[in-house]
Amino acid sequence: MEIKELTQTSGEWLRGDGPEADIVISSRVRLARNLAEFPFIRRATPQDRVQIERILRDAIIHSQVSNSLLYIALDELEAVDRQLLVERHLISREHAEAQGRRAVAIDKAEKFSLMINEEDHLRIQVMQSGFNLQSVWQQITAIDDAIEQRVTYAFHERLGYLTACPTNVGTGLRVSVMLHLPALVITRQIEKVFRSLQKISLAVRGLFGEGSQAMGDFYQISNQITLGRGEDELVQQVNDIVPVIIDYERQARQFLIKESQENLHDRVSRAYGILRTAQTISSEETMHLLSSVRMGVNLGLIPKLQIADINELFIHTQPAHLQKRTGGELDSADRNIERARYLRQYLNREEGANRAEKN
Amino acid sequence: MKCQQCERPATFHITELTGGKPQELHLCEEHARHYLTTTGGEPSGSGGMAAALAQQVQQMAIGQTAEELAHLDQQACPVCGITFYEFRSQGRLGCPHDYVAFTKQLEPLIYNVHGESEHVGKRPRRSSGSSEERTQLIRLRREMREAVENELYEKASELRDQIRRIETEQVA
Repeated sequence: MEIKELTQTSGEWLRGDGPEADIVISSRVRLARNLAEFPFIRRATPQDRVQIERILRDAIIHSQVSNSLLYIALDELEAVDRQLLVERHLISREHAEAQGRRAVAIDKAEKFSLMINEEDHLRIQVMQSGFNLQSVWQQITAIDDAIEQRVTYAFHERLGYLTACPTNVGTGLRVSVMLHLPALVITRQIEKVFRSLQKISLAVRGLFGEGSQAMGDFYQISNQITLGRGEDELVQQVNDIVPVIIDYERQARQFLIKESQENLHDRVSRAYGILRTAQTISSEETMHLLSSVRMGVNLGLIPKLQIADINELFIHTQPAHLQKRTGGELDSADRNIERARYLRQYLNREEGANRAEKN
Repeated sequence: MKCQQCERPATFHITELTGGKPQELHLCEEHARHYLTTTGGEPSGSGGMAAALAQQVQQMAIGQTAEELAHLDQQACPVCGITFYEFRSQGRLGCPHDYVAFTKQLEPLIYNVHGESEHVGKRPRRSSGSSEERTQLIRLRREMREAVENELYEKASELRDQIRRIETEQVA
């Protein structure tokens, strides 16, 4: 499998199905692990990095965590391909931009990725479309067990799994759920949600955080504490709070409909109209408009489109995806033109295809 | 305390541990929200994530004299050689043994972050003793490098044999 093939698909976490997929984009769990016999990455020599990579590569391949593994040496990859993996959430931005030997192992369905020589020696992450943390936890702990049979993880009797940053020590566990909360943003209630999550030490952050605004109304909710609570408890805490937020978002949507169905429909239709006709469009504007359209699809205001279509557009309009598809490097102005072209083609094609089916 | 970006009171105290140096931020709700939604975060699960620590984290050395502080800062890990000052300025530890070497400095920090000081949950099947033993390889490899640099070849070869012995011990 080639990296370019990834641009044809959407990957597991954007499938747009699974429980509560109208609001919950994906459920994700990651574990931070380190080999006992090497310094943490910041202090590792180039030889250390090579050895760590070799040991973990062998452990991953031999533990047969998947029979369709794509193993990628990131230090041999072009920047645009690394960026593509970032846009698909298969590696972190830090991992893409770092120097020295580093790698990622991905299963072909993009359900999990194992990052080697990221901030920790090994970062395992498992993702699933929709709201299903328990299933994700079961998968990741099985992968962790399989690898642990072949290596010695750095572990302390009292402190648990030892990590490069003390904020991850203990379980090394980060449980996160990505939510699409446009109605809470429009009704200005999102701050209230932040405040209540803060009180129970959960973190909230944007999904595509690189811009100057919270883009696409996506928010990621995750645990902050990793020590002194069992994995089950940490998973459960996020698991318990998400339905509450989903409920707030649904209520806010109902409120918007009740207050002014016309205004809401107008907002959604205008967003859809711009996306179908623009000749040049920035990533930020695309995200912003797609967010409205996504909510419109959920509320049945745009029957022609599916949630999976919108999820795909969110990813396929990102810079590296655009450049991989056109096959060349594009500057920002050219990307905006290409993005608009892609959106027009996709959205007008969808409509045409559906019409043909109806006839 | 006032928000660093406006006149409102700072209700969010954030210690940013991602990026180069740990940074203390004191923000009002609105600016905290802006900050949290526009910084990189953990785009891939972890990714990356060590996340920004949106939590009140006290300075680890509050209440200590400058002299004590300087002393604690200069302390170095015997295994990887990192000083506590280096950790403080980079926000990342040097090796697993740092958690032992810097217990005194790290304990209050860890407690402030997690509100707990003992791991509950999953453990590897093998004993933590074997983990600590293997961490000593870091020290031995470092000593071997230093021996070579100082042209102490006999010592280097002894260290090499010792390293090989531990390395080849059955992992499983």
